[in-house]
Amino acid sequence: MTATDPSKNSLQLTADGQLRHFLTLDGLNRALLTEILDTADSFIEVGERSIKKVPLLRGRTVVNLFFESSTRTRSTFELAAKRLSADVLNLDINTSATSKGESLSDTLLNLEAMASDMFVVRHSQSGAPHFIAESVTPGVAIINAGDGRHAHPTQAMLDMLTIRQHKGGFEGLKVAIVGDVLHSRVARSQIRALNELGAAEVRVIAPATLLPRDVESLGCTVEYDMTRGMKDLDVVIMLRLQKERMEGALLPSEREFYRLYGLNQEKLALAHPECIVMHPGPINRGVEIESAVADGPQSVILNQVTNGIAIRMAVMSMAMGGQMAERSRKLAGRAQG
Amino acid sequence: MSSLKIVGGRLADTNAETTILVRNGRIVALGDAAGKEPADHDFDATGCLLTPGFVDLCCNLREPGNGQKGNIASESLAAAHGGFTTLCASPDTSPVNDSGAVTNLILDVAAKRSSVRVLPVGAITRGLEGDLLSDMAGLAGAGCIALGNGARPVKNARVLRRCMAYARTFGLTVMFSPENQALAADGYAHDGLVASRLGLLGIPEVAETAAIMEMLLLAEETGVRLHLGQLSCARSVEMLADARKRGIAVTADVAMHQLMFTEEALSGFDSRYHVRPPLRSEKDRQALLGGVRDGVIDAITSQHQPHDSAAKQAPLAATEPGLSTIESTLSMGLLLVERGELDMASLIRALTSGPAGVIGRTAELREGTVADLCVFDPDATWVPGDSSLSSVGRHVPLPGKTLPGVVRLTLCDGRQAWPQSDL
Repeated sequence: MTATDPSKNSLQLTADGQLRHFLTLDGLNRALLTEILDTADSFIEVGERSIKKVPLLRGRTVVNLFFESSTRTRSTFELAAKRLSADVLNLDINTSATSKGESLSDTLLNLEAMASDMFVVRHSQSGAPHFIAESVTPGVAIINAGDGRHAHPTQAMLDMLTIRQHKGGFEGLKVAIVGDVLHSRVARSQIRALNELGAAEVRVIAPATLLPRDVESLGCTVEYDMTRGMKDLDVVIMLRLQKERMEGALLPSEREFYRLYGLNQEKLALAHPECIVMHPGPINRGVEIESAVADGPQSVILNQVTNGIAIRMAVMSMAMGGQMAERSRKLAGRAQG
Repeated sequence: MSSLKIVGGRLADTNAETTILVRNGRIVALGDAAGKEPADHDFDATGCLLTPGFVDLCCNLREPGNGQKGNIASESLAAAHGGFTTLCASPDTSPVNDSGAVTNLILDVAAKRSSVRVLPVGAITRGLEGDLLSDMAGLAGAGCIALGNGARPVKNARVLRRCMAYARTFGLTVMFSPENQALAADGYAHDGLVASRLGLLGIPEVAETAAIMEMLLLAEETGVRLHLGQLSCARSVEMLADARKRGIAVTADVAMHQLMFTEEALSGFDSRYHVRPPLRSEKDRQALLGGVRDGVIDAITSQHQPHDSAAKQAPLAATEPGLSTIESTLSMGLLLVERGELDMASLIRALTSGPAGVIGRTAELREGTVADLCVFDPDATWVPGDSSLSSVGRHVPLPGKTLPGVVRLTLCDGRQAWPQSDL
């Protein structure tokens, strides 16, 4: 017996299937993922204008609620919100409230009292944005900007946008994700997105200590040997390796990891000649990737950053749209009743 | 009440209709003989099942403590509502029950305010810290029926070995929830499909099985009577059966929620189902049910862990483990019987004579014994919610669901424990 209905869908979708929160890619179908990509495409053009603003979130307040530090993700969310004409408040919570012993619930109650319309949440614990989405007042949208090891759905979607731009689509693609899958929220969201969008094969390449239990159940194959794993690849996604992994006895040394799982030109030559190289950043040159590859012609790492703003504009505007549609439906229902 | 006749009920294990006559707190007649005798009050038990009062080997009463998670009065009343008459109170109180003085305090409070019998389990290490032995003989002398380390680990195998050898000296039973601390590390969910998908920190199965292997070997060597509490893995059931065959004096229990739920319960990050050991796979659940059916697992416990609401209102990893189960334990068991996963006789045995045997007691409906029984209607239903629960803990396993099994009467030690008001 399942204890509760896995209510993730009803939590992040409105009754008619519109996005109202953006917490995870689980439960979002291909049509919705494609709609996000298409919407993002239309916002790319905004970034190319001299006046880079659209009024979709004018008068709305977006709070960037970062319980874990981040430079790139937070600044692209901030830019995305500003390009949608929202007012933006940045809060680094790890250094303020929680260190004074205030609980997350109490912090949220205080922030809600400031009449915010959207929280962009990054947290070190898996499921924190779900918890927040379940506790906030209806009408406030929650966007997951990365939670623990669980999900980083905007990162995965900007990666999908990058892949689509370079490959035209997902049918038939062979994609590998290399490195620390165990601790990676990015990898979990990418595997889910690639499966839903119809990639032919998702391969994870890593030593057993950096793979979650039963990783195949996520929708991927496993390859321990990178030289074998590179064969026929259309896309190779390198993950960042945190230095702490050596201390936890998960790996012997950076040097051995780089030798076996680092991407250099020699290994890249084993892939399809048009294979693109991706990395969610920030990159560790000489740990998981060679500079010549990171800066080379097959690297699309900087395109990923540009696409990050467009994807975040897309999900923010779509979630706010879903919340507003829900609100007007409720008001109409009340007027009729 | 001077005399009470319970008429029209059936014995839960055999399904035979019977009458029970209770006079001055004792069962004085059973069956036809009881039917003929007059009594001051008749209790109509038509449609109800009669069983000995349930015995819980693992229950947290939260007293002594700061009170916001519950106390002996509230949780023992909840237990009576759930059909329990005997509670083994876990030592994880504040202060920890690691001295005769704390044991005496618990027994004093229980004598004044408890609805049911409270049997304290003493801390086997000082402060449950896992490194120094507690005054075991003193704890037993004050009334502890067994010794254990609550939900905390014993630091290493050397300390564990000495705990067992010292307890063996006095013929005491030791109760442990097997978990290898280094392997469990910071985990809080079963290391399996759901944890992998949701990025939860896993507690691997081997954290339990490695601990069990170590404990069985040490128990065999020291000759202590070992009770393994709250098993969660299929492999543990096999290891237990093998140990029994080797003649090791080992008993075991499983929490009712482990028989009911799997790791899937966490798929919506619902902190309610953050329990320790974690809810594991369907294969594990099936093996645990098998263990109860064939008697390898002696007892089903509530593993009742009441909390204040704040303890469960946080992102999953930051919440405290435990369910408030004692009022729903019987209902969950009846759901399992309804589904054909457990037979009524095994369920009742695992709630009564099984756990009683672990602590050297009996639980039976017999002439001449003190009346300690539960009368429940298996077909009547109730809905767990604020108005129907007595426990301070509202994080029940099946909130808002219509559940089978309503306890009509609980007699503990010859006195009426549930319902609270007199008949």
